[in-house]
Amino acid sequence: MQTAVTNAPTRPPFKRRVNLFWRTVFARSYPRLIGMQREKSWLFFEIVLPFMVACSYVFVYKAIGAPHDYIGFVVLGGAMSAFWLNMLWLMASQLYWEKQSGNLPLYIAAPNSMMAILLGMALGGMAATCVRAAVIVLAGSLLFGVTYATANLLPALAVFLLAMVALYGLGMLFASVFLLFGREAWHTSNLLQEPVYLVSGFYFPIKSLPVWIAAVASIVPLTLGLDAMRQLLFAGSGAIGFLPVSIEIAILAVLSVAFLLASKWALDYLEMLARKEGRITERRR
Amino acid sequence: MTEALRSFKMATWLGWQIESNWTDPFLFGIYTIAKPVSGALILVVMYSIVAQGGPGNPLFPYMYVGNAFYIYVGSVLIGISWAIIGDREEYGTLKYIAAAPLLMAWYLLGRGMARTIIGTISAVVTLAIGVLFLQVPISPPAVDWPLLAVAMALGLSGLMVMGLLLAGVSFLIARHAGFIGEAIAGALYLFTGAIFPLEVLPAVLRPIGYALPVTYWLETIRRALLGASAAPTFAAWSDAQVAGALAVSTLVWCVISVTYFRYAEHRARALGLLDWQTQY
Repeated sequence: MQTAVTNAPTRPPFKRRVNLFWRTVFARSYPRLIGMQREKSWLFFEIVLPFMVACSYVFVYKAIGAPHDYIGFVVLGGAMSAFWLNMLWLMASQLYWEKQSGNLPLYIAAPNSMMAILLGMALGGMAATCVRAAVIVLAGSLLFGVTYATANLLPALAVFLLAMVALYGLGMLFASVFLLFGREAWHTSNLLQEPVYLVSGFYFPIKSLPVWIAAVASIVPLTLGLDAMRQLLFAGSGAIGFLPVSIEIAILAVLSVAFLLASKWALDYLEMLARKEGRITERRR
Repeated sequence: MTEALRSFKMATWLGWQIESNWTDPFLFGIYTIAKPVSGALILVVMYSIVAQGGPGNPLFPYMYVGNAFYIYVGSVLIGISWAIIGDREEYGTLKYIAAAPLLMAWYLLGRGMARTIIGTISAVVTLAIGVLFLQVPISPPAVDWPLLAVAMALGLSGLMVMGLLLAGVSFLIARHAGFIGEAIAGALYLFTGAIFPLEVLPAVLRPIGYALPVTYWLETIRRALLGASAAPTFAAWSDAQVAGALAVSTLVWCVISVTYFRYAEHRARALGLLDWQTQY
């Protein structure tokens, strides 16, 4: 009697897979953290200059005599825009960049999870992003006298973390889709900047837009995350909230789970498709 | 001069191919107008929900026209400075460009032309939306066309030399998450009175605005299109004085930019940075 011979690799034990996952996360975040140390010009280009953009919108509100809370809205929106840009440029479109520079086939050939690679990119990039967001909030608050409802600081932090999970889940989903793209990836990321600032209410309450726009924009986690944080952090701004905070939290929780599951499925499927269509090593389109 | 023109012409064609041939014309059109129009609409919403009279507020045309032409700032600065990063790290061709018989500065100015053309389309569409739907008071017969032509020629020249300065910086720095041209354009938003009068800024920051050609360029454009600017910043200045300040500041920045660009290009060659791969 003959025994069936297979070339399929045996699946390693669960503990080893978890270990490999976190080692991959660390390995991919490491170059970004080291890069920050070696090349300090990012402090100017990624922190000082974006802070000035947020200041510009503050001065627009000052010029037209807006209520003081609106200045706080801009400061918070400016800080959160850093995470949107980080997700777009250092996560979603990064696989396109890695494909162009020739790293992508190495990632796929290695015995690690692509989600771990993407998580490593996100965490490595997030160090700079968190510094940028913190500088905008701290400097903006000090310079423009923004005050917060400190009693709600912890719930606001919880909303922020939930929004981040959903946001980076969306980033992984985008990254998998961008795997099939050529230069469209780059342009799509570019296209998703200002229009999302507009429909997600980065610089004004989302309730100012028609309901249907706000509802559609809620698919972007930062829309509801920002709205909930504004309601929690600015006393008296409950009236400008799009939905009650509890409902926004529930929707964010659903988005988090949905995006993470969808991104896992999409990464597996689109990686397989990209292999079949030979797009993994395709460059210079 | 012939070599400069040849470099410029070839780079303009190359830049246009890179910017436009990635998709079909319809999607390219959407891409060209969606981003700048969204940027303008953010300000429109901010005015509508807060300012007395919304778009009827006297400051609204000031802001709208300033913002529409500010599209050029981002387009030109990104177009010229990103060419260094893109050629060096995405296409890996910067070292070949450096070895080819062309003039690097003119090559980069040509690469920036494609984005300048796209910026022109975006600015015209943004202005048209303002005139048609937001009561921005621009009437073609009332426009001071000669002043507009002078402003555009000087202003775009000023932007291009500033782009060259950023290209020099790009020679010597790694690829960052965003476009440094966009970051600089965003920062200049604060100092040039593009969307609010300089008087709103703290007094200590205003001199930065007075040192930038973009400030005088936007003021000249507003005078040419709207007849007068709603801001008190240059109320006492004649059109000729504002245009003169634009010419002088452009010349000063030209000297600074070309000097720095030459230094940075030489330094990048000396340090072997022409084929630098950041890979962060």
